[in-house]
Amino acid sequence: MNIAIVGYNLGWVLTFESGFMLLPALVGLIYGEKEGWPYLIVGIAGLLIGLLFVRKKPKNKQFYTKEGFATVGLAWILMSIIGAIPLCVSKDIPNYIDALFETASGLSTTGASILRDVEAISHVGLFWRSFTHFIGGMGIFVFLLAIMPMVGGLNMHLLRAESPGPVVGKLVPKMKDSSQILYLIYIFLTVLEFILLWIFGMNPFEALCTSIATAGTGGFGIYGDSIGGFNTALKWIVAIFMILFGINFNAYFLLLARKFKDIFKIDEIKVYLSMILISVVAITINIFKMYEHFGDALTDAFFQVASLVTSTGFATTDFNQWPTFSKTVLILIMICGACAGSTGGGIKVSRFIIMFKAIIQEINLFIHPRSVKSVEMDGKAVDKTVVRSVCVYFLLFGVIYFVSVFLISFNKFDMVTTFTSVLATINNMGPGLEMVGPAGSFADFNWFSKLVFIFDMLAGRLELYPILLLILPAMWKKH
Amino acid sequence: MKIIIVGCGKIGVSIIKQLIIEKHDITVIDQNTDVINDITNNYDVMGFVGNGASYSVQKEAGVDKADLLIAVTGSDEINLLCCLFAKKFGNCNTIARVRNPLYNKEIAYIKDELGLSMIINPEYAAATEISRILRFPSADKIETFAKGRVELLNLVINEESPLVGKTLIEVSKRISSDILVCSVERNDDVFIPNGAFILREGDKITIIASAVHAKEFFTKIGYDTHQVKDTMIIGGGRMTFYLAEQLLKMGIKVKIVESDRAKCETLSETFPKATIINGDATNQEILLEEGITGCDSFVALTGIDETNIFLSLFARTRTQGKIVTKIDRINFNDIIDTFKLSSLIYPEKIAADYIVSYVRAMQNSIGSNVATMIKLNSGKVEALEFTITQGSPVVGIPIMDLNLKRDILIGCINHKGKIVAPKGQNVIEVGDTVVVITTKTGLNDIKDILE
Repeated sequence: MNIAIVGYNLGWVLTFESGFMLLPALVGLIYGEKEGWPYLIVGIAGLLIGLLFVRKKPKNKQFYTKEGFATVGLAWILMSIIGAIPLCVSKDIPNYIDALFETASGLSTTGASILRDVEAISHVGLFWRSFTHFIGGMGIFVFLLAIMPMVGGLNMHLLRAESPGPVVGKLVPKMKDSSQILYLIYIFLTVLEFILLWIFGMNPFEALCTSIATAGTGGFGIYGDSIGGFNTALKWIVAIFMILFGINFNAYFLLLARKFKDIFKIDEIKVYLSMILISVVAITINIFKMYEHFGDALTDAFFQVASLVTSTGFATTDFNQWPTFSKTVLILIMICGACAGSTGGGIKVSRFIIMFKAIIQEINLFIHPRSVKSVEMDGKAVDKTVVRSVCVYFLLFGVIYFVSVFLISFNKFDMVTTFTSVLATINNMGPGLEMVGPAGSFADFNWFSKLVFIFDMLAGRLELYPILLLILPAMWKKH
Repeated sequence: MKIIIVGCGKIGVSIIKQLIIEKHDITVIDQNTDVINDITNNYDVMGFVGNGASYSVQKEAGVDKADLLIAVTGSDEINLLCCLFAKKFGNCNTIARVRNPLYNKEIAYIKDELGLSMIINPEYAAATEISRILRFPSADKIETFAKGRVELLNLVINEESPLVGKTLIEVSKRISSDILVCSVERNDDVFIPNGAFILREGDKITIIASAVHAKEFFTKIGYDTHQVKDTMIIGGGRMTFYLAEQLLKMGIKVKIVESDRAKCETLSETFPKATIINGDATNQEILLEEGITGCDSFVALTGIDETNIFLSLFARTRTQGKIVTKIDRINFNDIIDTFKLSSLIYPEKIAADYIVSYVRAMQNSIGSNVATMIKLNSGKVEALEFTITQGSPVVGIPIMDLNLKRDILIGCINHKGKIVAPKGQNVIEVGDTVVVITTKTGLNDIKDILE
């Protein structure tokens, strides 16, 4: 492990995160809130320390997969630790473990909260919570790669460790251009949503916090009832944008490149949209008797499906009260998650497609023992190593899930709470069911459980490996 | 520029490495998934798996928007087909690697008919390089500028050399030749020297001069400047074929040692004037019997790098002649350098350099005006030939008054065919070509040399 270069890259991460902290400080200035000061002080201190680290480029430029994964894993932990400090100091969230949970939840775009009363938090704190979604959604290294030349030429390892999906590729030959395109699409969609929300009746602060939380598919709301208090038009806008942010960003690039035909060739998007459609229909039929108007039922069903499939976690209603069938559908689409290469969480649709096709083939082998056939997606054969890694991913996901459930079970809460709380964090979802439902919070768990959740959230966002590899002693050996 | 490279063998990777540094948008195509995975992980390029000669694969790789397609797969025919399609559908410039000696004879015809921008034959290029070295054995490597009027020569200063311990000002006073020392390689460091620089034993210096002055300089410092009289070539492959052809034309006696009987017969049919020996060159007795001690030059061209190195080391103990060693794998060049074999030839690198200089020239035809680009001292130093156009900021100012960047040297000025080794009072004029020596990479225009 080349620790010098990892430290150098972490220095840049610290510098930029600290720089971002000046934004909430600005919000503090606008609203005249004293909570802005800790952000200013931590931000400036972080900037200075960060710049100290990056003053000299390391001599040893060795940077392989191992260094890439370690850099990304450590960077996200570092960002959580630093980002929690001002939340804690400003007394918005006085307990540091709680603040750490909230920041990790924000960065990993989970949106699970330990706050019982969101509305008691200052504007500064609300803004910072939502802004962590924006940083975490597309990823800090994609941002760094977009704006500055990184040390060494092997930045692919960084992109691979941070971007979701079984196969991570570039849109254009140059990493820098590719990252810039991704961020431009990301920012463009966010600004578009902000403007629409503003036009349709939110005030600028609400529109800003909501749009950046949607962009990262995070889901921190700024009111106790999340999006429930807004008018129907706003609910539909947010829901549609959640679905848009859950689509593979390659599709937008193809749109920009005017290759419209190629978009329809992407199996993942077809499956993703059909899954949403079927779930909305099923849930609407299941719940419309509970509503006076059919339209309200449709709005709520559509919103909840959009929110859970993309793992955003906004809510317009307490779906805890829905029938078991609807809740089960929601849990299923939440595990499935959004498209690879989007800002959404979950296991990702493409992994499920590959997995199902691999299973069908395994079964086919009983009927035609000598048949040779490769798994195909988007009309192309999927590499064998990808199929294998997808299968391993499922297993690993299961192992981490059940170990976490076991560790959380010490809290003596009911089964549904225990199972869905872990599911909601590892899938970067946010709310689960029962006690951790849309109306509840994670406040009552003990500090150890919160640390387990923090691990799950970061592992879920980075797709397990970068965080898991940090535990291995072999990672830290010198070459 | 948007460049597509088909085929990621040794030569493909050499080109990728260089073009990445020069910030081009590179897309690579190869049939082997592992190769593509490896390359996309290690270099900032986009990879596609598939047959580069297929139109749909080319289209996916974006041939319609590409400026240049370089086909360097192992097969000549696939390379030509790639270029044909790319030219037809993408209307981009194309470069193909063609190695078969049979095609080599028809190269001009193929190039015109298929509309190729350039055909590169690594073996032929390397053979040309070797024949140049043998023509001028005192110097390690010769490059030319200004249509051959200006030469760049490497030489290693040995202990008897009159240059040892002299500053460059003293050297130029004493020798009074119109030459310029433009770079000095000492151990691992490379310097662009100024007048006060003191030369030491073991320094590898590069001089720039017109052909006549270079010869004069070498005579004055006591080096032999005659071309070799005879040569012994080990190995009878494609490169030997090209080399023998060129050397025989120059009147140099050629002796080829090859262990394969059939190859020997083909060679003897093709080159009736050459002496062909059928034997294993790793057998020292055979080399001694065939007169390695007396030969004027020795060229190791077998297909195995290790054999070439050992043969050259052996030859060095037996003969005072010029020794040339071919190395295919570039990876260990640091270690190979420590053997102090005087002339090393890396065919893949030579080919890659040719292509890169073409790409630069192409790039420059868009924005600026580099006419030739040559890499020296294993790529650490570049010599660039610029054409001076109207309105350039260097025109009309004496060189001593130009505010040059550090590590930049003006090597020579070609003023209407007259080669001038620049002194402080010389002035660059419109229409001149200027050779600039620098350790900075990526200069694109003459104005880049100014602060």
